[in-house]
Amino acid sequence: MKSKTIKVDYLARVEGEGGLLVKVSGNKVTDVKFNIFEPPRFFEAFLRGRHYSEAPDITARICGICPVAYQMSSVHAMENAFSVTVDGQLRALRRLLYCGEWIESHALHIFMLHAPDFLGYADAIQMAKDHGPVVQMALKIKKIGNDIVNLIGGREIHPINVRVGGFYKLPTKQELETLVERLKWTVESSIQTVKFVAKLPFPDFERPYEYVALRHEQEYPFNEGRLVSNKGLDIEINEYENHFMEEHVSHSNALHSILKEHGAYFVGPLARYNLNFDKLTPVAQETAKSAGIGKGTNNPFKSIIVRSVEMLYACEEALRIIKEYEMPEKASVDIQAKLGTGYGCTEAPRGILYHRYRLDERGIILDAKIVPPTSQNQKTIEQDLREFVPSRIHLSQEKLTWQCEQAIRNYDPCISCATHFLKLEIEGE
Amino acid sequence: MSPKNNKIPKTAVKKQRKPKLAVWKFSSCDGCQLSLLDCEDELLAITEHIEIANFLEASREVVKGPYDISLVEGSITTPHDAERIHQVRRQSKVLVTIGACATAGGIQALRNFKDVKQFIVAVYANPKYIETLNKSTPIADHVFVDFELRGCPINKHQLIEVINAYLNGRKPNTPAYAVCIECKRRFITCELVAHGPTCLGPVTQAGCNALCPSYSRGCFGCYGPKETPNTSALSTYWTSLGVKDDELVRLFRGFNAYAEAFRKESEAHEK
Repeated sequence: MKSKTIKVDYLARVEGEGGLLVKVSGNKVTDVKFNIFEPPRFFEAFLRGRHYSEAPDITARICGICPVAYQMSSVHAMENAFSVTVDGQLRALRRLLYCGEWIESHALHIFMLHAPDFLGYADAIQMAKDHGPVVQMALKIKKIGNDIVNLIGGREIHPINVRVGGFYKLPTKQELETLVERLKWTVESSIQTVKFVAKLPFPDFERPYEYVALRHEQEYPFNEGRLVSNKGLDIEINEYENHFMEEHVSHSNALHSILKEHGAYFVGPLARYNLNFDKLTPVAQETAKSAGIGKGTNNPFKSIIVRSVEMLYACEEALRIIKEYEMPEKASVDIQAKLGTGYGCTEAPRGILYHRYRLDERGIILDAKIVPPTSQNQKTIEQDLREFVPSRIHLSQEKLTWQCEQAIRNYDPCISCATHFLKLEIEGE
Repeated sequence: MSPKNNKIPKTAVKKQRKPKLAVWKFSSCDGCQLSLLDCEDELLAITEHIEIANFLEASREVVKGPYDISLVEGSITTPHDAERIHQVRRQSKVLVTIGACATAGGIQALRNFKDVKQFIVAVYANPKYIETLNKSTPIADHVFVDFELRGCPINKHQLIEVINAYLNGRKPNTPAYAVCIECKRRFITCELVAHGPTCLGPVTQAGCNALCPSYSRGCFGCYGPKETPNTSALSTYWTSLGVKDDELVRLFRGFNAYAEAFRKESEAHEK
């Protein structure tokens, strides 16, 4: 029986460190392990004994790519525990901050981490030699996302202005308006981006996934909503642990998350889009339709198109929020710590991020649970590879390895979040 | 050369090799290396002058070492990484550590004050699968480090300054004085005096341009201890204002908890 061994020690263009092992026997894949060897950092353990007000800044350090997501899920969980609601313009500002993170994170992934796979370049810098204007546009879009986070959050990585109850300092309307002209440019550029990525060559690959995302009555989900799936899940956030569970497997330093009754599921842009298409702006819907993905797609490679549509949406949403912004009187609502448990779940660029904290009467954290998007996608990534590899076994070592990497990068895996490290090893028996 | 044509003919110049840059990751959040990709205005210009030879977050192509300059992110937390850092050192002419994890052990160094086994049990169902060291330690505890760039995260302009300095054979211009200096230069109202007692600015190294005070909040120590910090004087002042010991411990136990000055101060207030 023919055998081959393909090995990539450190998977590139993902955030963090991980690898992959695929065992092939003849035409059959006998084992797939998405191996996360990022060293564990024990956030849930050292959050114990910390004050509730420290959670947004400490959990931000789980991930340098999506710190806003950690800050948002943690403040919502704390406010939930203390029965406090943050609404009006403060809520809108949080949404705007999140728009910034989506724009910079999506731009990074679309152009610098994922597009080079489709076009056959090792990285965006090589790509720039043939596609200079595209890469320059990408950097400009990314910078606008970062500028939003910068203005509201203080800096793009680990912002300092988010607190339980709101913010430390509010931006003025004038300050926000400085973003408007460039955001209008970014709306146009995002439409160009959708057109650009729609023309990329996509492998013919679809699976009947269970998608899980937040769903909100009025809006495309960022901070709030019910947790829903296309296979009947429809729950409040505080019911999360009744329906989902984490497994600890030997080959990964990240816990695998599964739906108790259904197994593996899919979170992230594709899940959000397929479950919330109706909440996108008309421009985003039209642009998506003309890019050929209609109201949904089951091809994970096309997540690059969905990410571009979401980037377009985030720019339009940012413009709307800035237009309607009026600076509130207070930067935050008053918080009274109390004994209890709080739940938070928000849509990180890579999918739902769940936080749960149990607090004592002084607001000291007794225990914490954090489930990042990448650990939720781990099992689905493994299953994708199981189905993806058999029809491609005839390919050269180099080609097959690269295609497997590309299939993993569909999920924009953030291994720093899930814990950290990726290793690709395809082994024949 | 004639004055009319002051361009040096291409053939006359020996083609110089671009210096090679490598980026390495240990236990961290990836934020500091992302700072390099966040140099949106400078990135393409930087790559005209240096070859990004090994940067896995950005490229699947790896150019073999040795490297002229290595940027190291993250702390050492596993037996495997304690070996790997020596390999990195051997391939690097200049090794610069970037960020609080690499320079002080990072937030994950909070384990250093506890029994790590309890941490593993708290997070993982099958502790036997987890291989980790008892302590999270900075890179300089393991190999010689040419320069430490502080911050959680680092300041990307300081990063460009450091790369620039080493490529031109000069010392990086990054101040070791306190956040207070930056604060005064910006005419920001003193957090310590005017608002709340808990600003770490007087003992924390500058680099953020007094970011938190400019957003009406006290400094929480992202850049670690400044040169000659008087942490005990600050603690005494806080205590006189009613700050309790457990809060003092938490204040010094942030992202630079294991930096010597902050570690000793937190231990002094632990019951």
